[in-house]
Amino acid sequence: MIAILAFWLFAILTIASAVLVIFARNPVHSVLWLIVSFFNAAGLMLLLGAEFIAMLLVIVYVGAVAVLFLFVVMMLDIDFASLRTGFTRNLPFGLIVAVVLLAEVLVALTAWKAGPALSGRAIPETSTPNIVALGQLLYSRYLFAFELAGLILLVAMIGAIVLTHRSRRDNRPQNISKQIDRRPFEAVRNTNPGVGEGMKL
Amino acid sequence: MIGLGHYLAVAAILFTIGVLGIFLNRRNVILMLMAIELILLAVNINLVAFSAYLGDLTGQVMAMFVLTVAAAEAAIGLAILVIFFRRRGSIAVDDVNRMHG
Repeated sequence: MIAILAFWLFAILTIASAVLVIFARNPVHSVLWLIVSFFNAAGLMLLLGAEFIAMLLVIVYVGAVAVLFLFVVMMLDIDFASLRTGFTRNLPFGLIVAVVLLAEVLVALTAWKAGPALSGRAIPETSTPNIVALGQLLYSRYLFAFELAGLILLVAMIGAIVLTHRSRRDNRPQNISKQIDRRPFEAVRNTNPGVGEGMKL
Repeated sequence: MIGLGHYLAVAAILFTIGVLGIFLNRRNVILMLMAIELILLAVNINLVAFSAYLGDLTGQVMAMFVLTVAAAEAAIGLAILVIFFRRRGSIAVDDVNRMHG
């Protein structure tokens, strides 16, 4: 009973906050609604018994991706009002496309139900915990793909750094070749001043 | 009784909202990227739901890879957005008609 209530709660909140993501006037609000949507999707995944993916969703999406969006939205000084000019003009066409797409997907859903059905079946009980089972699979059969995922993240990190890095005009970096080219006779001069004459520079 | 169909319906609606978001905010790249994140979230819900009801963990492994790629895509996309804004002073998609620096 509680699981059914929790499903409807999470599902309705996920969809409602997703709607608010695309309709919010302020992009900062959009990001915050995106975070709400991710949290509720994580709740849905907990109901499905996928604890690891649920926690990963909270850590990766809420902790990293959404905060990255928030940073960029706040860092760039953008006039968002002017970006919304085509909003009402695009609305009818967008709604038509969305309704057609949703109808297609739902037709596919019912067609799938006519096939060899999983419908009416409950989630099968498992003896091993989700995280243990996932770890065993990930570090044996999908080890290569797992390493590849790490490589993708490394490439993304280096790419983002290289793209956004800029050398400022007002910084004064070390000029290594000039330092190495310097010889002692250019830098040091031996003098022998007489008493009471002082130094001539 | 909550079946697989319920989860698939939620994922379908979420996917549609993501596509609608791309259509509505045609000028705002940040919101387009957020809509893409919503679409990938719908894909993840689909994968995890099938994985749970079939008792096969492969779907959850795939969901993890989708998550990885989504994170990488967001990082690269936002980096490109930042340098684009630095050069042009705007993030409207209509302005992206010239590739020369």
